[in-house]
Amino acid sequence: MGTHLPSTEFDGTAVDDQREADAEAVMGEPPAQMVQLLGPDGTLAADPVYSEYANRLTPEDLRGLYADMASIRRFDIEATALQRQGQLALWVPLTGQEAAQIGSGRASQPQDYIFPTYREHGVALTRNVDLAELLRQFRGVSNGGWNPKDTNFHLYTLVLAAQTLHAVGYAMGIQRDQKSAAQAAKEPDAAVIAYFGDGASSEGDVHESMVFASSYNAPVVFFCQNNHWAISVPTNVQTRVPLSNRAKGYGFPGIRVDGNDVIAVHAVTEWALEHARQGKGPVLIEAFTYRVGAHTTADDPTKYRHSAEEDAWRAKDPLLRLEKYLRAEDLADDAFFAKVKADGDDLAAYVRRTTHDLETPDIRSAFANTYAEAHPLVAEELAWFEEYSSGFAGEEELDAENAGPAAKAGH
Amino acid sequence: MTTMTIAKAINEGLRATLAGNPKSLLMGEDIGPLGGVYRVTDGLIGEFGPDRVVDTPLAESGIIGTAIGLALRGYSPVCEIQFDGFVFPGFNQITTQLAKMHARSNGNLTVPVVVRIPYGGGIGSVEHHSESPEALFAHTAGLRIITPSNPHDAYWMIQQAVECADPVIIFEPKRRYWLKGEVDVESPGPSADPFKAHVLREGTDATIVAYGPLVPVALAAANAAEEDGRSVEVIDLRSISPLDFDTVTASVQKTGRLIVAHEAPTFGGIGGEIAARVSERAFHSLEAPVIRVGGFHMPYPVAKVEEDYLPDIDRILEALDRALSY
Ligand SMILES: Cc1ncc(C[n+]2csc(CCOP(=O)(O)OP(=O)(O)O)c2C)c(N)n1
Ligand SMILES: [Mg+2]
Repeated sequence: MGTHLPSTEFDGTAVDDQREADAEAVMGEPPAQMVQLLGPDGTLAADPVYSEYANRLTPEDLRGLYADMASIRRFDIEATALQRQGQLALWVPLTGQEAAQIGSGRASQPQDYIFPTYREHGVALTRNVDLAELLRQFRGVSNGGWNPKDTNFHLYTLVLAAQTLHAVGYAMGIQRDQKSAAQAAKEPDAAVIAYFGDGASSEGDVHESMVFASSYNAPVVFFCQNNHWAISVPTNVQTRVPLSNRAKGYGFPGIRVDGNDVIAVHAVTEWALEHARQGKGPVLIEAFTYRVGAHTTADDPTKYRHSAEEDAWRAKDPLLRLEKYLRAEDLADDAFFAKVKADGDDLAAYVRRTTHDLETPDIRSAFANTYAEAHPLVAEELAWFEEYSSGFAGEEELDAENAGPAAKAGH
Repeated sequence: MTTMTIAKAINEGLRATLAGNPKSLLMGEDIGPLGGVYRVTDGLIGEFGPDRVVDTPLAESGIIGTAIGLALRGYSPVCEIQFDGFVFPGFNQITTQLAKMHARSNGNLTVPVVVRIPYGGGIGSVEHHSESPEALFAHTAGLRIITPSNPHDAYWMIQQAVECADPVIIFEPKRRYWLKGEVDVESPGPSADPFKAHVLREGTDATIVAYGPLVPVALAAANAAEEDGRSVEVIDLRSISPLDFDTVTASVQKTGRLIVAHEAPTFGGIGGEIAARVSERAFHSLEAPVIRVGGFHMPYPVAKVEEDYLPDIDRILEALDRALSY
């Protein structure tokens, strides 16, 4: 049997069954088939295209993918706890989407550039973003806690889909760099990944970005995590056909992959990035996955979905199935899993410790960073602010003495 | 010195930019073989090729959004928006992304994107082709907004905008595209700083501040007033953000009276901001309230009545009379 499954065979939810049936009626043909290599029972299947890519993964790589997924899940739990304790203003959990994020992120190479949305903590981990820095945005001390130039992992973008166009523009820049002989000689071929969600797929910017990418054959991989929900709205409100099918309309390949199968996600993304780097143009990947937790810590999923649906997806957990495989193939033992757990706890402790220490910036830095070049209005308002706040200088010292060091932070 | 139109001056400025800055490129609708609907990019695709002069898909958000991505990769894109009224599909990218990228990256990233927008009325066109939306952009921190009124400024401002590390929007006075003037292509001279206002004409009784398409109107009004024995100073603002309040304030301190003229509706417009700042900075110099001359609070009217909408010499002279009556 082939391993390209219709998602209906994979997904027990009525919503998906109905959507697949609708899609077939609309398109007059069966919907896109889903690539799956590692099934929920932990057995690895063969695929005519992607097995070649999956086979490149060494046992060490596979253990690494597991460790990454476990780390980011542990981090997610810790960040949720930090939010509950008032250390973060908000948290955006990723639990359930570890395979989609770690698999795709690990398929990227250092020279590739990544444009995330706001939930790609797993991808951030694969790009060596300091996870404590990532929390700055959620603590309210920065709108972007890391320097994208260090990791080629762009800032989170909160205006849905805006980053998909930035990704295509960046890819157009790569194309131009490769044409200029001097640069092409010294740099490896690069591609761009644009992440977005099933909800964001309805935004006009996604359409425009796919038109631009297609017209210019830009080296960009559109990576849509279909986690079945956009806050409280299910995917069937966003689309009547599988999202991966939309690529056809733009004239480039669209692939639906089991987003809870880290091996398949890695293989498909690696294929797509190679395709893009070789100048063959864009690819759309739809990672079929599920947001097991709430949209954010401010959300209440009980108002719009049944817990049975969450349970059905928990049975397809990305970590469990890789653990089954690693154990069955004797690629990892108890000691390995114990070590992964201990490392996760260390990471959690590090994040907890450093979050408390994340510095509150001085509003002067906001004055300084509004423009790159000197600006008279900013200078004038800053001068006013300095004079105004100097009038409170004495009081502030008093406050600080009364309240201890924490009160020193702001004006 | 060479004589040329504003459209030609921008064309030459873009040519100089493309020749001198290998990272610069132009993007927009119909800017290739056609040379743009106003022919501002005429001939450039032939000289620099389709990778530097890019006919884009018809999508304004796409133009600005991909320009941001190119800028993040080290390029300096110059985007043409075909007409003022069609910038709005790109408004989200300009205000939420372009304007904020430097700030939200804590200064780590710069996005030196230039957006060219032909603006203003007086060309007898259909709706959405005659608007002056500059105040909507001026309200957004992170953007710089300049507008030339003559060929010399047009030639230099486009190049200065590309060299600026911040995003710059250039509002080009489309009904003046064919206005001719002297351009010194060797040196910007007094136009070295695009963010400074210019005193075009000295006077002692009142000051008229204008920008873009109304600068020639303001000058003509000042000349007419002189025949009535009034000495009127005229300032070409040149930059809307930042706004050169020093030059405006100094003038008001001398003349005591201020009229601000723009095509955009007065309500919530640049004139209101100037009036407020001048009243804060030069309250005791003012002999009269600051008077605004501008468009009405209505969608830009149909072509056959735009004469009644647009500020002209008489409207400015009427405002001058009012200011002098105090
Ligand atoms: C332009 C815009 N509209 C609305 C929102 C508010 N919002 C934030 S997340 C979200 C749902 C997005 O769903 P999806 O794209 O599926 O991503 P997911 O949250 O599932 O990862 C909405 C409506 C926003 N951030 N941006
Ligand atoms: Mg979603």
